[in-house]
Amino acid sequence: MKLDSKIPQGPLEQKWAQYKKTAKLVNPANRKKLDVIVVGTGLAGSSIAASLGEMGYNVKSFCFQDSPRRAHSVAAQGGVNAAKNYKNDGDSVYRMFVDTLKGGDFRAREANVYRMAECSLNLIDQAVAQGVPFGREYGGYLNNRSFGGVQVSRTFYARGQTGQQLLLGAYQALMRQVGKNTVQLFSRHEMLDLVLIDGKARGVIVRNLDTGEIERHSAHAVVLATGGYGKIYYLSTLAMGCNGSAIWRAHKKGALMASPSWIQVHPTSLPQSGDYQSKLTLMSESLRNDGRIWVPLKNNETRSPNDIPENERDYYLERRYPAFGNLAPRDISSRAAKERIDAGFGIGPLKNAVYLDFSKAIKEQGKEKIKEKYGNLFDMYLKITGYDAYKEPMMISPSAHFSMGGLWVDYELMTTIPGLFALGEANFADHGANRLGANSLLQASVDGYFIAPYTIANYLSNEIHTGKISTDNLAFENAENAVKQQIEHLINIKGNKTVDYYHKTLGKLLYDYCGLARNEAGLKYAIEEIKKLKAEFYQNVRVSGDENHMNTELEKAGRVADYFEIGELMCYDAITRNESCGAHFREEYQTPDGEALRNDSEFQFISAWAWKGENQEPELIKEPLVFEEIQPTVRSYK
Amino acid sequence: MDLHLKIWRQKDRSTEGKLVNYDLKDLNSHMSFLEMLDTLNEKLIIEGEEPVEFDHDCREGICGQCGIMINGLAHGPLENTTTCQLHLRSFKDGETIVIEPFRAEAFPVKRDLKVDRSAFDRIISSGGFVSVNTGQAPDATAIAVTHQIAEEAFDSAACIGCGACVATCKNASAALFTSAKISHMALLPQGKEERSERVIKMVQQMDKELFGHCSNTEACEVECPQGISVLNIARMNYEYSRALFFRKK
Repeated sequence: MKLDSKIPQGPLEQKWAQYKKTAKLVNPANRKKLDVIVVGTGLAGSSIAASLGEMGYNVKSFCFQDSPRRAHSVAAQGGVNAAKNYKNDGDSVYRMFVDTLKGGDFRAREANVYRMAECSLNLIDQAVAQGVPFGREYGGYLNNRSFGGVQVSRTFYARGQTGQQLLLGAYQALMRQVGKNTVQLFSRHEMLDLVLIDGKARGVIVRNLDTGEIERHSAHAVVLATGGYGKIYYLSTLAMGCNGSAIWRAHKKGALMASPSWIQVHPTSLPQSGDYQSKLTLMSESLRNDGRIWVPLKNNETRSPNDIPENERDYYLERRYPAFGNLAPRDISSRAAKERIDAGFGIGPLKNAVYLDFSKAIKEQGKEKIKEKYGNLFDMYLKITGYDAYKEPMMISPSAHFSMGGLWVDYELMTTIPGLFALGEANFADHGANRLGANSLLQASVDGYFIAPYTIANYLSNEIHTGKISTDNLAFENAENAVKQQIEHLINIKGNKTVDYYHKTLGKLLYDYCGLARNEAGLKYAIEEIKKLKAEFYQNVRVSGDENHMNTELEKAGRVADYFEIGELMCYDAITRNESCGAHFREEYQTPDGEALRNDSEFQFISAWAWKGENQEPELIKEPLVFEEIQPTVRSYK
Repeated sequence: MDLHLKIWRQKDRSTEGKLVNYDLKDLNSHMSFLEMLDTLNEKLIIEGEEPVEFDHDCREGICGQCGIMINGLAHGPLENTTTCQLHLRSFKDGETIVIEPFRAEAFPVKRDLKVDRSAFDRIISSGGFVSVNTGQAPDATAIAVTHQIAEEAFDSAACIGCGACVATCKNASAALFTSAKISHMALLPQGKEERSERVIKMVQQMDKELFGHCSNTEACEVECPQGISVLNIARMNYEYSRALFFRKK
């Protein structure tokens, strides 16, 4: 298979305008003849469902939560980037494009990245018009702050709840359409399979999580906006329900998965405190604007942080990366923390953390100022850990976070299955091998508000004569039967280990061998171990209850079953890439001083993987990355 | 630490529920309340019993999905805290804890501790938005909003829609939730245009959903994880009267 990325011809800054100019339209009268299914109600899902509803299509919106407002976009705290240059500090669309491409270690498409930067301008306008209460200067103008990986202030924020406020804007836009009956809402529904007719995406099989009922829904196009699969590590910053099942089921139906092993480890989450722990809580990266990161200079330090004098502290980010210091990008900051922790300088009861210290900022700016900027984060820290970070430094530690990998999509955000689109974190595009802070809310939003409305319409323009798609089609019946079979199978194993046991075991394996650092031997070992664990799961898992009512264990079991396969593919992906780039740090490929060693001559491509069947090795298909505008350089933040 | 739990078990909406006793031993006081329920469920599954169904997702205090009554208090004993941000260090060793679902006619029980809060979505759907289509927005700084107004609007917008205000109210009123959205929108210039229509529709929808009336006990503010102020309710009442007055004219 040869991948066609469909990047428009012409100069970089005119590609998107060119596409919009030539994209086909659907007459308003014809739009009501067309049905679209949107799975997921986060920023990407809510915004595309609302946008398509506004335009007059019939939209069905699905989410597994009890309300679309709960989608995990809600938890992104720090901010959203836009190249508005309100600070007059030299920002521009071009600079944002360069920062993002460089931040992603030159493993993203130029055209996509440029378009994201370009659309960022409109997003702030859209959100403000919806009533998102962004931080303002006293004179009434919008305020900005800086984020990791850049040297300008381009991040817009709503206290520490930017994701929540942007999502509420999108959710309210969605609920407005629900009220107008242009969007039908199905909360507490989980997509379990994708239905293809004549090779096109034509519908989904979902389970009503309240009643256990299996339902068929048909459409002329299906949009997956289901977020990332970082929860595969079990301990992560993600919500408990985040999963990779929808995209994985689509992958098994023929959609390629791209760069699955690129999962960002966030540098500022709270450290693990015990085995019972269900998740690691993220502290916003914005804290690094004023917080200084350090560990004791002495191995196995036992003194409390306030008793350690200045000259016995190692501000290792400022030491190693003087130009960016505490604002070094996430992959670099996470790895630098792991390096210090592994070398025996970790702090906290489990020696698995580093300090994030605000004493200098409090001294210089006053407690009130710090409180205004980060008050809710300090409160959250106190609630979770019992420690007051105004009095002593926070303890933070790296934690699995955002998946840069996802379904392969072309410039139109369409997967290799015609009519199947993937938006936001569910696709692989835009971030390359590492995502810069405050770009995830942006990408999800612009995909849904400004990009997909054009590209989906372009696809649907060829569907106006198709007519209603019947769910009586054999393809629906087959897909439904397969889903029912899997559910019965899982329930009937009746083994003696819980679903969470398998999830935690898989997560630990991936964290150790396909986490912050990887090597070939470890990855090969992990593949074998995952295979064994998966076989044992199908022998020994215990799913209590039955399928005919609400059954959270059953939901989790289906997701973990998919995680085994995703985990295996992550390891295959990591093995084939003999270089270090972004979130992918292969220990065999590093400079003498421990920095990532990229190999552009051999690995300047996107790895897209095809499913070849149960227990078969996946097939690697390469999409070469062509850089016309800027030549990849070695990332240096020194 | 050891805990004695009395947990509400109810198969579905039409089946009668009851409190069931469970004992847990050797718990770590750093555990969150929901991790304690995870631990209980692991034990129940292995013992062949069905686990307790409870709502939760982000476990960071922001998604608003978790929410139960703990010893009669919405989200438990701490002020301004969601259930997921409550830790066992807030309880005593050997304590008995009563765990029940949020109770309100508008929040029917689905199973065990899970309730149906979709009434909130329908309230938002009735008018809790600014009517702006995608791609039609003017430049974001074209309309200045003072720092104070933006912050005040944010205080109202911070509501996470968990439903604790309803659960703790003796009238099961949704006044705090609804008024927070009305205030958020009415304060900002973007939302001002639709303020009259919005408040009337949202208040009507709130009544239709069988939420009770507000009788100013202010319990909602005490239990709210985000500390949303009851002044929002005063603003809602003002907006409602204002809207009715001008509509008559």
